[in-house]
Amino acid sequence: MNRTPVKEQGRGKERRRSTAKKLKPGTATGNVFGSTNSSQPQFHPCLLLDMCHYFKQPLCPCLSSEQESSEDGDKEGEGEDEEVEEEEEEVEKEVRPETLTPEELEKLKEAVDDKKKLIQALRGKPWPMKKKHSTLRESQEFLEKYEGALGKGKGRKLYAYKVMMNKKWMKFKRDFENFTTACIPWEMKIKEIESHFGSSVASYFIFLRWMYGINMILFDNIGTVPRAEETNAMDFAVLWDFGGYAQYSVLFYGYYNSQRAIGWLKFRMPLSYFLVGVGTVAYSYMVVIRKMARNANETGGGDENSFNFSWKTFTSWDYLIGNPETADNKFASITTSFKEAILEEQESRKDDNIHLTRFLRVLANFLVLCCLAGSGYLIYFVVRRSQKFALEGFENHTWWERNEVNMVMSLLGMFCPMLFDVISALENYHPRVALQWQLGRIFALFLGNLYTFIIALMDEINLKRKEEDVVQFNMTMWEASLHNNTADNSTAPPLFTHPADVPRGPCWETMVGQEFVRLIISDTMTTYITLLIGDFLRAVLVRFLNYCWCWDLEAGFPSYSEFDVSGNVLGLIFNQGMIWMGAFYAPCLPALNVLRLHVSMYLQCWAVMCCNVPQERVFKASGSNNFYMAMLLVILFLSTLPAIYTIVTIPPSFDCGPFSGKARMFDVIQETLESDFPAWISKVFSYAANPGLVLPFMLLMVLAIYYLQSTSKSYKEANVELKKKLQMVN
Amino acid sequence: MGATASHLGKDLLSEYQELTFLTKQEILLAHKRFTELLSREDKNLPDPRAPTEAILTLPELKSNPFRERIVRVFSTSESRDGLTFEDFLDLLSAFSDSATLEIKSHYAFRIFDFDDDGTLDENDLEKLVNCLTGETDETRLTPDEMKQLISNILEESDIDKDGTVNLSEFQHVISRSPDFVSSFKIVL
Repeated sequence: MNRTPVKEQGRGKERRRSTAKKLKPGTATGNVFGSTNSSQPQFHPCLLLDMCHYFKQPLCPCLSSEQESSEDGDKEGEGEDEEVEEEEEEVEKEVRPETLTPEELEKLKEAVDDKKKLIQALRGKPWPMKKKHSTLRESQEFLEKYEGALGKGKGRKLYAYKVMMNKKWMKFKRDFENFTTACIPWEMKIKEIESHFGSSVASYFIFLRWMYGINMILFDNIGTVPRAEETNAMDFAVLWDFGGYAQYSVLFYGYYNSQRAIGWLKFRMPLSYFLVGVGTVAYSYMVVIRKMARNANETGGGDENSFNFSWKTFTSWDYLIGNPETADNKFASITTSFKEAILEEQESRKDDNIHLTRFLRVLANFLVLCCLAGSGYLIYFVVRRSQKFALEGFENHTWWERNEVNMVMSLLGMFCPMLFDVISALENYHPRVALQWQLGRIFALFLGNLYTFIIALMDEINLKRKEEDVVQFNMTMWEASLHNNTADNSTAPPLFTHPADVPRGPCWETMVGQEFVRLIISDTMTTYITLLIGDFLRAVLVRFLNYCWCWDLEAGFPSYSEFDVSGNVLGLIFNQGMIWMGAFYAPCLPALNVLRLHVSMYLQCWAVMCCNVPQERVFKASGSNNFYMAMLLVILFLSTLPAIYTIVTIPPSFDCGPFSGKARMFDVIQETLESDFPAWISKVFSYAANPGLVLPFMLLMVLAIYYLQSTSKSYKEANVELKKKLQMVN
Repeated sequence: MGATASHLGKDLLSEYQELTFLTKQEILLAHKRFTELLSREDKNLPDPRAPTEAILTLPELKSNPFRERIVRVFSTSESRDGLTFEDFLDLLSAFSDSATLEIKSHYAFRIFDFDDDGTLDENDLEKLVNCLTGETDETRLTPDEMKQLISNILEESDIDKDGTVNLSEFQHVISRSPDFVSSFKIVL
């Protein structure tokens, strides 16, 4: 038995070489590197030909089927087959693990592992199903035969058990995946939209769904703070103003009191509130950055070349399109984009009239800046006016005057982008570049408005704090008067003051929360109303007035509206920014947002299918995928700034909220550290916060960034060199 | 096959799940849609093959300019006409959401290779562009534009300058594209 293996191995090697020659280098795929079919698995089972022989396996399955498909008959190979098989019959039929030497055992283990890997990689092989099937069956037989035999003696049962658990685990994973894909909400709706409108419009809805998921998680997070009974709802007007009882309800910051420990759990209310706030922000950052990294990975960055024409040819068709009208539009847009690209390439050498173009562009930017400044001033003015109204008492003013701020902000958000669109006609950019400028300007508009709003809010906060001091002063007087009264009859029962009689201080945090909620609600209402009027009403008018109108309403002006992907995505991002800003002061905001996104999904899906037509110029939104994520990240950062500023500088109200009575909100952390944790932890923290430690750490990070950047540059250069080499070789 | 055309056996179903990127529901849906394409006599055959004309009536393929090439590429018959159920599953698996970039780019290459010679030469590229620009004459490119376009494409993608784009060059270009994976999808 010891002689024959060597001989067989020799035969095996020969056979492997001869069959390798049979594989034509260009069967399915020749390539410049001269290697064989790139679809061959890395751990080629035929490397295990030795093993196959030894354990009386016939030829390895992949080679056997490839031999079948190759055209020249392999008589020599077949002859060898028969000879070897005859010899093998002399060898023992069964293999016992005890008879194997350790290296042979190792080889067997490797063979088994490789078969397992092959099975897992089978679905990614570009083979026809028959071949995959036969490979699977053969590999499974091999595994059944030898996997159980691998564990020897006592370890055998454990090994078999492990194998069985592994199988069950794979099956469970597969079932779980099936279940989760069935559970993804709105999948059919999005699929329908994809087939009618293409993947760019559908990408907006996919983004919406992702936001919904994030808000659900934020909402659950905040829900961990315990809630007592809910307050009774008041009538709608009061509720709209979020005054009255709602003010003291669970929705707002003011409800959570400042007791250090609640109930038998010793639940630390202030600390938990603070940590929940920090946690939600950290979670949001992580999710956005992870998505960006994944997008960047898929894009395969690093190569300087953009394969403009090749991409247009190979990747421009959207296979999801199932609607002939959309397909026609797509054909037209592809043709246009080809022609444009060709023209652009020719014209990039000419520059006629560059001075005129430059002047016009500068003029356009100047106009845009004026618009932005104008809108900022308008908001500031309106907020001031509403403060004046508040001082005079809201009952004297009309509904418009009461809600002026929110209405103005929403209207600005609606009309300014249209203005920017008109101005950008002056600039004469390539459409994609123009789209990016447009998005950037809308971004600046929203940001400017939001920050002006916040600055105006700061003034109100200061006003409230002055009020607080007054109330505090009054309270001490009132308490003093109480004590004076009871001091006379010391035997009388202690005075019981009804809690509602105690004068409450104004709570600026709740006021901030209220303002945000009002803003978001009015923003939502404006969006829905524009949707209904702009899209639905327009579609109805065009459809029904067309019969009695002089020109063709459907083809000319106004025609049906298209779905504005970028505008809607921006709106979604800004809404999320506002939620993040206000979430610390009004924990109900994510819940509100979940509701809002839910309604939006259904409403917009219906509107898109019913009132919109497929876009004429179909832009791939995915190219801007990372652009939207980057904006989301910037907004997240900018939204957390005001909250951080207020936490760090403004003292909390003395009378409401979990942090009342403290000088600063983050004092709660210090207190916890001092009182609840053992002494050495606070020592550790104080060392960690030492500037002597923080500065060298920051320096280290800067050095790491510099190093990584220089290595990436050197990789790019190496890439270019290799490309040149390739061309020289051929 | 261990199943009649009307019912998929359980083992076969789990094997298909192992060998494709499709979930169980997707495979069952595919089976249902496939049997609808068969004619009545064919339904009783052990391994029925749906004719190309029937497959091209599927709404997901009807508007696709590459529909005939797709059927040809995935067909395993000698005349490259018609798909069995397993071919159909292969098709859906390659076009599914969870398929890898490698397998998508491999099949995309084969679809674009109109003359099946293993490389994309100028004739293939010309036919490809004509498919993309639609059937009517108004939307087609002029011969000059076509020439310019093809030379631009070859300049970008043909790394070894042999006048054709082979599989690895194609995969190199495609892997850098942000749109390919999301647009190369067909879902029933």
